[in-house]
Amino acid sequence: MFKMKLRQSLHVGFCAAVLFFLVAPVLVVIPLSFNAEPYFTFTEGMLRLEPDAWSLRWYENVLGEGRWLPALGKSLVIGIAATLVSTTLGTLAALGLSSPAMPGRGLIMAVLISPMVTPIIITAAGMSFFYSDLGLGQTYTALILAHAVLGAPFVLIAVSASLSGYNHDLNRAAANLGADGWTTLRRVQLPLIAPGVFTGALFAFSASFDEVVVVLFIGGPEQRTIPREMWAGIREQISPEILAVATFLIVFAILLLAAVNWLRQRDYVRAS
Amino acid sequence: MRSELQTRHSARSEAESQNLPTLTSLTLALALAGISAAAGAQTLTLVSWGGSYGRSVERAWVEPFIEATGIEVQIEDYNGGLAQLRAQVETGNVFWDIVDMPTPDAVRGCDEGLLEFVAAGDLPVGADGAPAEKDYPPGTRSECAGGGIVSATIIAYNDELFPGEKPSTLEDYFDLERFPGRRGMRRVPVVNLEFALIADGVPLDAVYRTLDTDEGIARAFAKLDTIKDQIVFWEAGAQPPQMLADQEVVMTTAYNGRIFNAQILENQPFTIIWDGQVQETSGLVIALGTPRLDIAKRFIEFASSSESLAAISKYISYSPTRYSGNALVSTHLDTGIEMGPHMPAAERNMRRALNSDWFWWADNRDEMNERFSVWLSR
Amino acid sequence: MALSLTDKRLRAALLAAPLVIFVAVTFLAPLALMLVRSVYEPAVADSIPATLNALAEWDGRDLPGEEIYRIAGMEFVALNAERRLGSVATRVNRLQSGMRSTMLGTARALGNDPPAGSWRDAMIAVDEDWADVSTWLAISRAGERITPRHYLNALDLDRGAVGEIVAQPEDRRIYVSLLVRTFGISAAITLISLMLAYPVAWLLAHAPPSRAGVLLLLVLVPFWTSLLVRTTSWIVLLQNQGVINDLLVVIGILAEEQRLAMIYNMTGTIIAMVHVLLPFMILPLYSIMRTIPPRHMQAAASLGASFWQSFRRVYWPQSLPGVAAGSLLVFIMSIGFYITPALVGGRTGQLISSMIAYHMEQSLNWGLAAALGAILLLLVVLLYLIYNRLVGIDRMRLG
Repeated sequence: MFKMKLRQSLHVGFCAAVLFFLVAPVLVVIPLSFNAEPYFTFTEGMLRLEPDAWSLRWYENVLGEGRWLPALGKSLVIGIAATLVSTTLGTLAALGLSSPAMPGRGLIMAVLISPMVTPIIITAAGMSFFYSDLGLGQTYTALILAHAVLGAPFVLIAVSASLSGYNHDLNRAAANLGADGWTTLRRVQLPLIAPGVFTGALFAFSASFDEVVVVLFIGGPEQRTIPREMWAGIREQISPEILAVATFLIVFAILLLAAVNWLRQRDYVRAS
Repeated sequence: MRSELQTRHSARSEAESQNLPTLTSLTLALALAGISAAAGAQTLTLVSWGGSYGRSVERAWVEPFIEATGIEVQIEDYNGGLAQLRAQVETGNVFWDIVDMPTPDAVRGCDEGLLEFVAAGDLPVGADGAPAEKDYPPGTRSECAGGGIVSATIIAYNDELFPGEKPSTLEDYFDLERFPGRRGMRRVPVVNLEFALIADGVPLDAVYRTLDTDEGIARAFAKLDTIKDQIVFWEAGAQPPQMLADQEVVMTTAYNGRIFNAQILENQPFTIIWDGQVQETSGLVIALGTPRLDIAKRFIEFASSSESLAAISKYISYSPTRYSGNALVSTHLDTGIEMGPHMPAAERNMRRALNSDWFWWADNRDEMNERFSVWLSR
Repeated sequence: MALSLTDKRLRAALLAAPLVIFVAVTFLAPLALMLVRSVYEPAVADSIPATLNALAEWDGRDLPGEEIYRIAGMEFVALNAERRLGSVATRVNRLQSGMRSTMLGTARALGNDPPAGSWRDAMIAVDEDWADVSTWLAISRAGERITPRHYLNALDLDRGAVGEIVAQPEDRRIYVSLLVRTFGISAAITLISLMLAYPVAWLLAHAPPSRAGVLLLLVLVPFWTSLLVRTTSWIVLLQNQGVINDLLVVIGILAEEQRLAMIYNMTGTIIAMVHVLLPFMILPLYSIMRTIPPRHMQAAASLGASFWQSFRRVYWPQSLPGVAAGSLLVFIMSIGFYITPALVGGRTGQLISSMIAYHMEQSLNWGLAAALGAILLLLVVLLYLIYNRLVGIDRMRLG
């Protein structure tokens, strides 16, 4: 009995340490971004909570300097366009693949998911050759297409998960009531899988919003997105400005996560 | 670590023979092409290095040019190399009009047909009346470049870390016994192989001849080996002053202008060892096929005068390439200090100075990078 | 009206078709193009056809005759006048350093001053490399349209005087050792992640749902946070003047000059990558473990088995699909990771991805980048097939 208790508390302690390792490094950036000094560590003043030691100057720099806001705009244009493409194509494909009648299901699924599990350095190199041969190097077009194909597997997986509980008798029922295939899709299937579609779209958007290797290889001076600027900033010399941007991105990530969680619960409620 | 390129011709023929264009992607491409429209036609885009040098360019060239001509100039950051420029020239989508480029890259870009020619006759005569052709030291100007700034890679150290005897020669950088402590070094073979050989006793005029032999290369790496476990590598020019200030290293290779700024503007206790400096030149080039060729040429003409080149030295310690420009170097605008002693081309800094041989590096860069990577991972 | 089976098939296929085509065009085609690029390089062949034609007749042992010198010399001069020789010279230079200036210098000299007599004598007078058989071998090899040279280069091999395959000299062998290091680091990261993730996934899987939900959020926050942000965090924490070193100095564990080098080396790469990839290990483990009923372990215990016995015999085998899924996923992602090692890897923590990026962006030796990418791709496809076999790709779940 004592041994079991010991083992359990060791286990819980170990897990606490691992979870701390996962979360703490992300959060440590937030207070440091309010440092009044250009250092990346807690100054004595900060620890004594002196108001002078804390400041918003890096946030003012981020908002004031003409680099980050345009980068945000570019990230949004690419992210939203890519998400629209990948969500549309991914949802349709998930609907097709969910049908028991679909031939070659496993193989097709494997191919469609492969962009997600291929090392990004390989994908980016191949795409760089491809778009420069097409004369589309350094264009938004190339980046949007690239990010769309990288995001599509997320949509496919999320929507497929939503559909896994889907009762295909509903299709037959709708057909018996005189609905054609399109009507069934629109009126019966889509409302049921909507949470899955949104979840997938959020994943796809987040993947694009965070992507930098493809941007490095095929983006030009006009496509300097937020991750691209951060990459340059970290390489050059990390300034506390980077920490301020990082804080924004952490808040953004938490919002996305909350949205996905909320959608998941809706999905769960509907399914049950 | 500069890049090699293909000409437009070969890339196009490769594209013709290899690409896999399909209707779908082309249709999508056309549908989305509207987003990538270029900026207004009469804004000139100048691409230069960031940081304190970039600000000098802005104040010495860009602002006076805008004032004199009314032409808008947008400044973008350059990270070196020819990859981005090549992509723009090849797709005919030129965003960058003028690039402030190291001479080796300018020469290569010129050879490979990415840059417009800049005839010496188009550049203004020197302040002393010397024609541009005679005013640039031999081998410092590409046929495609105007402008012309000399910078140096030097050794700098933090005074506070050497309370007793101070290092004073390039040899001291390699001397861990007399001057223990970590060294900063840029993570590339260029300049470092030269430093190693000079410190190992190779006369300046024999450095590249020595590197032409396998024994010479081995000798350079053997010299680097002697300090290898004390080296902290850097990549961007902003890092060395930061590393010295943080006392992460006691001595480092650095660009002289960056150290000058830290000394003068931030009052950092840094000292430059000019002994064994390696000088490199850079120039202003025009991307082939820019729709703004006229105003690009006007800018180059403006920035290539002896006065404009010397104006850079009001803000940062880089020398004009032109002889006539050097005569005009005066004081630092913000602090009023005399710039002469801080310039790479100053006589007392030139006692042992090597001119980087872009010709040799163009031939050997790929191979040296390979060997350097092997050395790094050993 | 119920649809016939054929109609249903058609409908399903039509729904899936747009994405299939999209993936084929924007993903598979680029990968195929990369494979093509790794063996096909027509630029030199297209630029100097006459020279290569003439060299095709040449035996490759003795210096070529006057005729070949004349054809080559004239072709170089003509190409240089069109500003097209530079890229040819660059490519030949990759096979033999120095060829760039040899070719460009000769073309420039002969263009200004065409030889009245022998082209051979004139070319050798400009640059004595023209009196060297290896110069001509390099030109002829660079002219191969379909070539194994990028793969040879990527495997630290070269071709000797008569075309035999030889190893590169020791001080130029870089890629194989980097591949080996990439695998070593990836294996280490996978193993560390597994050891950290397994107990956590267990806790998540068998905790009461409300508490599991909260704990899961702690895993998902870093999962959703930008990779660059997380890498930045580690730089801030681990660097010489960073939070951890400062803390250790302040509490007096370290003296000021003993600060630990935890970043810009292999340690930094491993720590930061484990952090980035750990959720990819925890989540598949968690989703498998959730399906293992706790009463199996209880039953084993009631039969008198010790905890470790019942774990080894009962629990571990059932969790294996999750272990396989997580490990392969983490391993595959590690071997192609670029951003984190590039930012925190320093001298000893770089992976093969850094060389691919270098040849893509800096040296512009795209053929070599393609060959390195193709080798990596082959390995990934193998692992992917194993994964599909063991777990089934369609069972992949998002966090």
